[in-house]
Amino acid sequence: MSIDERIAKDQPASFAFTKENEAEIKRIVAKYPKGRQASAVMPLLDLAQRQNDNWIPVKAIELIAEKLGMAQIRVLEVATFYTMFNLKPVGKYFLQACTTTPCWLRGSDEMMRAIKDRYGISSGETSACGRFSLLEVECLGACVNAPILQVNDDFYEDLDYQSTSRLLDSLEAGDPLPVGSVVGRCASEPSGGATSLTAIKGSGGKAKAAKAASTKKRGKAHA
Amino acid sequence: MLKDADRIFTNIYGWHDSGLQGAKARGDWDNTAKILALGHDEIVERMKASGLRGRGGAGFPTGLKWSFMPKEVKDRPHYLVVNADESEPGTCKDRDIIRNEPHKLLEGCVVAGFAMRAHAAYIYIRGEFVNEARRLQAAIDEAYDAGLLGKDAAKSGWAFDIYLHRGAGAYICGEETALLESLEGRKGQPRLKPPFPAGVGLYGCPTTVNNVESIAVAPTILRRGADWFAGLGKENNTGTKLFCISGHVNNPCNVEEEMGIPLRELLEKHAGGVRGGWDNLLAVIPGGSSTPLMPIDVCADITMDFDALRNAGTGLGTAGVIVMDKSTDIVKAIARLSYFYKHESCGQCTPCREGTGWMWRMMERLVRGEAEAYEIDTLEQVTRQVEGHTICALGDAAAWPIQGLIKHFRPEIERRIAARHAVEAAE
Repeated sequence: MSIDERIAKDQPASFAFTKENEAEIKRIVAKYPKGRQASAVMPLLDLAQRQNDNWIPVKAIELIAEKLGMAQIRVLEVATFYTMFNLKPVGKYFLQACTTTPCWLRGSDEMMRAIKDRYGISSGETSACGRFSLLEVECLGACVNAPILQVNDDFYEDLDYQSTSRLLDSLEAGDPLPVGSVVGRCASEPSGGATSLTAIKGSGGKAKAAKAASTKKRGKAHA
Repeated sequence: MLKDADRIFTNIYGWHDSGLQGAKARGDWDNTAKILALGHDEIVERMKASGLRGRGGAGFPTGLKWSFMPKEVKDRPHYLVVNADESEPGTCKDRDIIRNEPHKLLEGCVVAGFAMRAHAAYIYIRGEFVNEARRLQAAIDEAYDAGLLGKDAAKSGWAFDIYLHRGAGAYICGEETALLESLEGRKGQPRLKPPFPAGVGLYGCPTTVNNVESIAVAPTILRRGADWFAGLGKENNTGTKLFCISGHVNNPCNVEEEMGIPLRELLEKHAGGVRGGWDNLLAVIPGGSSTPLMPIDVCADITMDFDALRNAGTGLGTAGVIVMDKSTDIVKAIARLSYFYKHESCGQCTPCREGTGWMWRMMERLVRGEAEAYEIDTLEQVTRQVEGHTICALGDAAAWPIQGLIKHFRPEIERRIAARHAVEAAE
């Protein structure tokens, strides 16, 4: 994809970090040795993206270059190299669907079909209402809970056609399902019941039996 | 089967408190200063004696790797860098360590960092793991508040800082020198070696890059003794290992097991067996997407360790076990991996940049049988031209799955080509 296609044509005239983010930038830059502030380029791009509805305008790239004493082209090449940086607007709900082999073996086609049936969009497109963008992505690193759909920051796991539809319903209603497995797994334990660690006593007062884990309360997706 | 008492990651499923209090109750941070009192070199010796081999894929002995760091700190500080850029398809173990056992990783950083005379560690976590990064940062903050990190880490007299750095979606940054480039604020394109990171690494300083699991197991090994760890598993393949079992099994899961466990036992004891029964198995990718697949006859007797799998023409890699039953379009399954490598090639070396795209397009044609039989050999030859001719191993990783497919499933590819020709002849 050429650079022209990746960068939004309509750009804001200016960009400035919020006061809170300016303070955060100081904390970020302090993580790296003196003179190595270029290390902060990825965290700052991420910060700009989070501040600006999940995409990075060119003005932010120019500002970050100035702040870190980098040539603008060096920041731009980082922004275009890493796939998580969006250089044009995406919907409020950015759906990143993993379709790499382990997810594909567990039915990622069905997950994709549920999204397509509802919004008529393919990878790289945004729904007519403007709220849902879809991107097919490479391995999300949660393969034993496949297939995975990442919605903004959160992983939804163990999906099929029906549960993907249910998830989309919940997003549309502004009341997202709890993050994580949609079939009630706590994490990566086998769904048929634990085969290990059953002899380990609880610790820290939060012990749960494997079965009880299925009812575990998890944080809201977009608190 | 491994006893629970010999499992290192007792909260890998997140059933218990992952915070400092819960971690301490499970034995983490228990008199860490006593471990450090062994001294830099003794820790390295004990890690060598444990036989631990790197858990990131290559299986290089961890203690030996630590010993490559200079014995004296001169004008350049030493760094420990933890590779938490877990992205190899089929692999999702580090994610669970980070979110459910973060203190094992942090204590491991102090121990490993001290052993290599470093006062700072950077943990490079893949960008998609946003919630995991939040959990880990919370654990770091907790550890600072409790005096386990900072000027006098765990009252050992050794200053140690840990910084979390998030990536932004690039598989290549799991390659150690690409990771260092990325950490320095550049595109993640691998460096030529030599110089190796132990000589010239992060910011030009002596650096060791280790996988999350390798670091997280170190404190337990040092507490329970190298002999304990070496007594588990097989010779040269010691200890326990987190296995990730995905694909066509009844209950996909992560599980910590003994190295050298038979594959069939691993799948049947923990993952509910192959969907439709063992005889319904088609093939297994044993160690993450880059390791060549094994057909059922190899799977029957194979044990899950570095040496046995290498001898079978594949590898343990990250122990990401991808299971495929007889319903699988095996050519398509591998073609999807070819697309993955094409997508993730950093574009620096021509054989990989051009080769991964070429191999993927060829694989897509083979899925549909739109080829001539001789082209299978052409594809095989191209994989040999990519393999070993690039700066990093991504080129190799793209070549191996295709080589495995051709080695074990050539008749299936030929069948599709013949079927396509028959259809064309009839038209």
